[in-house]
Amino acid sequence: MADNAKPISAGDFKPVTAGDRGNLDNEKISAPSLTFLQDSWRRLRKNKAAMICLVILIILFILAFGSSFFETHNPNATNPNLANLPPKIPGIDINGFNGTLDQSGTRINAYAQAHAGNAYYILGTDYLGRDLFSRILYGTRISLEIALIASFFDLAFGVVYGIVSGWMGGRVDTIMQRIIEIMLSIPNLVVMVLLILVLKPGMSAIIYSIAITSWINMARLVRAQTLELKNQEFILAARALGESSWKISFKHLLPNLSSVIIINLMFTIPTAIFFEAFLSYIGIGISAPQASLGTLINDGQKNFQFLPYQMWYPAIVLSVLMIAFNILGDGLRDSFDPKGRE
Amino acid sequence: MENDKNILEVRNLKINFNTYAGTVKAIRDVSFDLRKGETLAIVGESGSGKTVTTRSIMGLNSPNAVIDGGTIMFKNQDLLKKTRKQMDEIRGNDIAEIFQDPMTSLDPTMKIGKQIAEPLIIHKGMKREKAYAQALEMMKLVGIENAEQRINNYPHQFSGGMRQRIVIAIALVNYPEILIADEPTTALDVTIQAQILDLMKELQAKINTSIIFITHDLGVVAGMADRVAVMYAGKIVEYGTVDEIFYNPKHPYTWGLLNSMPTMDTTGTELPSIPGTPPDLLDPPKGDAFAARNKYALEIDTKQEPPFFKVSDTHYAATWLLDPRAPKMTPPEQIIERQKHYAKLTHKTIDQHKDTHVEEQEEQL
Amino acid sequence: MVKYLGKRIFYIILTLFIVSTITFFLMKFMPGTPLTNQAKLTPGQIHQIYKQYGLDKPVWQQYLVYLAGVVHGNFGISFQFSNQAVSYLIGSRIGPSLIIGGQGMILGVLVGLVLGSLGAVKANTWIDTTSTIVSILLVSIPSFVLAVLLQYYLGLKLKWFPIADWGGFMYTVLPTLALAASPLAETARFMRTEMVDVLSSDYIELAKAKGLGKVGIIYHHALRNSLIPIITIIGPLTVNIMTGSMVVENIFSVPGIGEQFVKSVLTNDYPTIMGLTIVYCAMLCVVLLITDILYGLIDPRIRLSGNSN
Repeated sequence: MADNAKPISAGDFKPVTAGDRGNLDNEKISAPSLTFLQDSWRRLRKNKAAMICLVILIILFILAFGSSFFETHNPNATNPNLANLPPKIPGIDINGFNGTLDQSGTRINAYAQAHAGNAYYILGTDYLGRDLFSRILYGTRISLEIALIASFFDLAFGVVYGIVSGWMGGRVDTIMQRIIEIMLSIPNLVVMVLLILVLKPGMSAIIYSIAITSWINMARLVRAQTLELKNQEFILAARALGESSWKISFKHLLPNLSSVIIINLMFTIPTAIFFEAFLSYIGIGISAPQASLGTLINDGQKNFQFLPYQMWYPAIVLSVLMIAFNILGDGLRDSFDPKGRE
Repeated sequence: MENDKNILEVRNLKINFNTYAGTVKAIRDVSFDLRKGETLAIVGESGSGKTVTTRSIMGLNSPNAVIDGGTIMFKNQDLLKKTRKQMDEIRGNDIAEIFQDPMTSLDPTMKIGKQIAEPLIIHKGMKREKAYAQALEMMKLVGIENAEQRINNYPHQFSGGMRQRIVIAIALVNYPEILIADEPTTALDVTIQAQILDLMKELQAKINTSIIFITHDLGVVAGMADRVAVMYAGKIVEYGTVDEIFYNPKHPYTWGLLNSMPTMDTTGTELPSIPGTPPDLLDPPKGDAFAARNKYALEIDTKQEPPFFKVSDTHYAATWLLDPRAPKMTPPEQIIERQKHYAKLTHKTIDQHKDTHVEEQEEQL
Repeated sequence: MVKYLGKRIFYIILTLFIVSTITFFLMKFMPGTPLTNQAKLTPGQIHQIYKQYGLDKPVWQQYLVYLAGVVHGNFGISFQFSNQAVSYLIGSRIGPSLIIGGQGMILGVLVGLVLGSLGAVKANTWIDTTSTIVSILLVSIPSFVLAVLLQYYLGLKLKWFPIADWGGFMYTVLPTLALAASPLAETARFMRTEMVDVLSSDYIELAKAKGLGKVGIIYHHALRNSLIPIITIIGPLTVNIMTGSMVVENIFSVPGIGEQFVKSVLTNDYPTIMGLTIVYCAMLCVVLLITDILYGLIDPRIRLSGNSN
């Protein structure tokens, strides 16, 4: 085996000097060191589906919150003359986007019938002649606002509750856990409905009811994780060094809880969006004339047989929103905890 | 098979792992024999390829492992060429394995009686009652008291040492010809370790099986093995009988391993260690993989891989230090002590067979 | 075990007591009375009606009367359907809800288990991808959208099933499908994660080393170990079904308690809302208790520690 290589000279059998050995050093760290979050971000970027969803969500955010700047129609302005117009995008002549409707087998130009002139609605109008596109954007904004509010309470209340419960332990923990157990044995929706009835339906009632119900899961997970971390050596070391509980929570506990918090946040958001749409759908959420994806779907559903676009578009936007948050949440979980999926 | 005494012959085994960072050359041309009834210890640090080698024998490497060449001959058949179904018939029947951590290697929701009887039912097609009766015998054999009652217990009702006895019972219940023990005592207390090792030796005598014993702990090897193979960075760097490796080691890596093992004679306060870390097998170094950590490295080590040099009929080492052209190096003091001891041990044999110029060269080293 | 059961039942009663108390006082703050929507009554008539509902007494007396009633399963009289006891209303409507809810749960969990295990066993193949996509879709698409689509396409267009109303088994199919979506998706996701975890565990490695084939490993070792934790998500799934039933029953006109709940909410029928809230909580508590007991019975690790305590 040795003989097949190039000839060996006697000089090769010199001991390697100390200087040469330095060049052989294999302990050099060639890759830059990454923090936990950087590493997770690197893994997340490799997850195509999650990245696509992130982009979709960013676009929806920009559209929804920027909508007041380029909205062509007022989402709440009614115009009974132009009611139930199908989608029309100028210059596109595909059935479904050219302003024609299928009425008992024949396609008719609904815009001409309504004497709409040059007006066009890219996603059509509803039964009161309101622009569906603007209303969907407005509804999306409500959904996203709800998402932000739910995340805020998750962080502000759920995380603190979980850390306090887990960290204090003993009787405090027992009492705090009992409260959670009681909350868990009432279906969330029932709690929300009761609150909304007391507070009168509307945006603020929805916000309060989501605030009261959304943090429970977060609190449980954070508590479990805190209990686990509490007894680990690095926390014990910090305690032994006399650091205050506050400092330990912020410096040592929170960074180690970050993955649990972020992952759970990503699952709180679609749940909150769902509940808002649900409440609006059954008629005790966002009240008319304001639009929410839930009310839009409810309105559209009545005409689904004849004007399917009135339900399809808000339903698609709501579903895309939920799918995007769910896939992004899955992606984040996998990137924080790579052992779950190869 | 090249030799009738061998039960297993591994030749030129090469295994790569495809990872996102590139191809890891985990096993780089490994060859060894396992004789009937012997215990072969494979020693090396983490990542040296001990476990990958044995997983290949079992056909249990992870899906991203690619066999790049070589053969594993067992009963005149190449195990690497067998299908998964054919390997299923061999695993647990002819070749069995014991794993490192007894706390996690038993199914937590299955009674241990069934877990021990399972290989009998699979391979011997036994009826439940008969298999359980035999499982009970096996439990007694591995030293589980009250076996009649405990056969219906679940794993969490046993201590770590007891669980490892159960794992051994599962492995041996079919009287396999080869038993692979992958660091079977690493996860156990020292006192339990000794018991488990004694048990394995005792059972080996009773059922006449060959053992491949994987460990990073040379201390365990001394009492257990007949022969030792030292692995480093995906290669075997030295192999020989247990006396040869312990008292007449030739490879600087073996010196390092032996030096870092405390003995009764160890004096001083600090235990020597091998500096540095093993090389990155994504891109193995040219020449001798150990060169960078080797105090005795030669220029040639950085250019060309050393071949195996014969030390005795049973003892080979892959280091350029054994080349006749190599300068004389003084091994660490402790190794010289060991070699003196070895010289005494083998004095008569050397006198009788004057066939070893390598041996003489040793004396000069 | 008996001690544990006693403790759990005590906590259930405590929870129900707290829930009834909170709902009672919440409802007291509500605008609206039985007389809302009924204009032009003489003061005498109003007094008459107040007396009928017990609203002429001080609040604390009303509370005690209510609590005493709840203990006996009497939730008062509905505002909406005068002269109908809430308990009668609930009793006559709980059947259909239990049928479609139960069917939805069983169907969802069973299909979810199959889908999730397939995804794990065939990890990173097209089967896995399909199973993941199906569960993401079903977990994301709101039940009210799904129900409308099912009704339109399977009911109206294909005419496979009646589009609404309540009759024989055929009437239950569409609501069951709509309700099954959420437990199906959740179970599949949970099962896949659980099974992937189990399949990479040491005892599965040992089972392979025993020479057990792929089917044997999954059937004898992997399935059982990943099935046990599934029991823990039955509680949350029940909540999903309850939530879903409120819209699904509405869309398919199923005369169940979900439909009743929404109707009562929209008409401010407080006694019925209170009664249904308590019934929902009681059902959930019972489900949680049963799943906890089941978990203890099936998982040998918990079972034995329970016995020794």
